[in-house]
Amino acid sequence: MEVLKINHLRKSFGDLEVIKDISLTVNEGEVLSIIGPSGSGKSTLLRCATMLETMDRGDLIYLGEYAAKDDQSGSKYADANSLKNIKGYFGLVFQNFNLFPHYSVLRNVMDAPVRVQKKDKKDAKKHAMELLDRMGLADKADYYPYQLSGGQQQRVSIARALAMNPDILFFDEPTSALDPELTGEILKVIKDLAASHMTMVIVTHEMSFARDVSDKVIFMDKGIIVEEGSPEKVFSSENERMKEFLKRFNG
Amino acid sequence: MSFSVIMSKMGSGYFNAMAIFVFTIIFSMPLGMVVAFGRMSKNKIIQSISKFYISILRGTPLMLQLMVVFYGPFYLFGANIDGFRFPAVIIGFSLNYAAYFAEIYRSGIESIPVGQYEAANVLGYSKRQTFGLIILPQMIKRILPAVTNEIITLVKDTSLAFAITYQEMFTVGKQIAASQTTIMPFFIAGVFYYVTNLVVAFVMEKAENKLAYYR
Repeated sequence: MEVLKINHLRKSFGDLEVIKDISLTVNEGEVLSIIGPSGSGKSTLLRCATMLETMDRGDLIYLGEYAAKDDQSGSKYADANSLKNIKGYFGLVFQNFNLFPHYSVLRNVMDAPVRVQKKDKKDAKKHAMELLDRMGLADKADYYPYQLSGGQQQRVSIARALAMNPDILFFDEPTSALDPELTGEILKVIKDLAASHMTMVIVTHEMSFARDVSDKVIFMDKGIIVEEGSPEKVFSSENERMKEFLKRFNG
Repeated sequence: MSFSVIMSKMGSGYFNAMAIFVFTIIFSMPLGMVVAFGRMSKNKIIQSISKFYISILRGTPLMLQLMVVFYGPFYLFGANIDGFRFPAVIIGFSLNYAAYFAEIYRSGIESIPVGQYEAANVLGYSKRQTFGLIILPQMIKRILPAVTNEIITLVKDTSLAFAITYQEMFTVGKQIAASQTTIMPFFIAGVFYYVTNLVVAFVMEKAENKLAYYR
């Protein structure tokens, strides 16, 4: 089943065309990694998919429901109610965590299920504690974000996203704000999620991680998809830009 | 005039000053929020009106504003302004302080990282929930020191109501000082203002401590 489908996405900021006609599909249980140099449009693509930016052109479809539909003049978004519903299909983990500093770890995880999804408080708390336990943070439930390391904060934010039971989870450079020692613990969490067949889209600079964890890799440059396919195919690509990018990365 | 008589007159002046203080807080703090929202509005007209409001009320003396509010209705419409003195004081003070509070609120709201809005958006919080649950509590913590400054200034500014001879403590003190040829009322007034602000500072510090559980 297609969880996410993007058709012919275009996005400009003023005169600068950041994304030039990108289409992609993510199937249930699939892990898609998006790699590419800074300024290639990866993050903008993710922000369009999560509706933090509006698309200029193209369709955005979750589980067969149109969030935005292209009608020759531009992308037309669905009505507020449909969009609210569609927002429940996905979660996003930010580069800078963006936890709510005035909420305890537990409340960060259980607040949206209670306030947005109107879940029973007891159930939400139980679910939140299970997720924190899974993240190895059960003993930190009553802490506040500032009392945690970056890696711990990022794990809380993953738990917060999972608490909404999303059908697909997006990661926007989830380890870029962490030092190398803490990067490993986040990558391990994502690998575990992949093993449990969570559908994920990951924008990352961790090449070996992308190779290991992904079912599909997209290499973007200057707003277009230069190479896509299985990790084996993309990382052994003969494409000049791809080769140059990997060379710079390896050393 | 005996000391106890002076004290009792000063005391009732103090009571009147505190009435200005309390009512100004009650009206100007919410009004400031309205002005702040106007100032941050995407609607250019609403934004311009708010900017103009703030520039006039911050840019002219409060004393002058009190006189305009109190005497204005008489000069403009020949209205009877008997009994309008106290409402005029409260209106003048509230309009003036709302302008300052508006700018404090705005600075607080604009200091909240955009990532907080984005996280709330992706989690599905409505705009109202995002502001009330996520932004407002963090904003209050950040603006508390600036608000404390403003409130302390307000305690002392109540003396400006002498401009329309409202019988607050300083007005009373001046009258006694002139009729009794003594400067004692000024000392008494000074002590009253100072002690009041000690209490204000103490309460506000308590509030800050209460919000110090996170960073």
